Amino acid sequence: MKVAVKVKLKPSILDPQGKAVHQALQQLGFDAINGVRIGKFIELEVADSADPAERERQIEEATRKLLSNPVMEVFEIEAGEGESS
Amino acid sequence: MKSAVIVFPGSNCDHDMFHALQIMGSEVEYVWHKTHDLSGFDLVALPGGFSYGDYLRCGAIARFSPIMQAVTHFAKSGKPVLGVCNGFQILVEAGLLPGALLRNENLRFVCKHVYLKPENRQTRFTRAIPDGQLLRVPIAHGEGRYLVDGDTAARLADNGQIAFRYANADGTGSANPNGSMDDIAGVFNAEGNVLGMMPHPERAVESLLGSEDGRYIFESLLSSN
Repeated sequence: MKVAVKVKLKPSILDPQGKAVHQALQQLGFDAINGVRIGKFIELEVADSADPAERERQIEEATRKLLSNPVMEVFEIEAGEGESS
Repeated sequence: MKSAVIVFPGSNCDHDMFHALQIMGSEVEYVWHKTHDLSGFDLVALPGGFSYGDYLRCGAIARFSPIMQAVTHFAKSGKPVLGVCNGFQILVEAGLLPGALLRNENLRFVCKHVYLKPENRQTRFTRAIPDGQLLRVPIAHGEGRYLVDGDTAARLADNGQIAFRYANADGTGSANPNGSMDDIAGVFNAEGNVLGMMPHPERAVESLLGSEDGRYIFESLLSSN
């Protein structure tokens, strides 16, 4: 199965990349867009056979330990719908 | 005094660091990141560069290289660890220093000489810096915006853990090149034996390089043993 991990900068932290993209969007006339923040989308391929609790534990720990940095980022984990390749 | 320069895949200031330590009188060896042993060394330097291509976050993958366990032991035993640029990023990712380093506020890769104001000259890294001396050293980074939460920032200042702040040539503020919190360019750990800094003292050790001010840091380190 596929699991999506979304990692974003904490809301309090300035995202200059998002700001630059927002400025470009404004120049292009997208005036309904009030702000942009850029994060990361990480797709994990997880063994279907794994015990669900163990699978969840590993995904959570992997995200805390390596995929995100708690000093500056927050994350969301979304289990995918059996579209594994 | 024997120094280790840790080499990660993507390190590119390892030779500069080796050269600086050598001309300052240290015996130096490169240590590949896949090894586990730092016995016999008195100083560990984590050089600048782009370890693992800066993938995921700067320093995030290098921080789990096998050698980092030995570096953590080395640091916990009180021996000096110096991380410059990517080395600093690796040290914060490893939790050996507080805070995080984010993309420069102006989104530019900034490559120029800056002035640094030493904030604590009582450490093994800074004791040779004369009173009132600013250090003119180069920076070269895209992700050097230092950030900690407000409480930690106050604690760092109270504990003398702020090593350097960016300054103008006359020592005044408003010379911040990357948006770092409180103009911070380098920090110590609480025990004072780990220093991380974005500027490159190893690129300022000979007049040919445009400045010799980086020598003060190596002099401080190499005279303390």
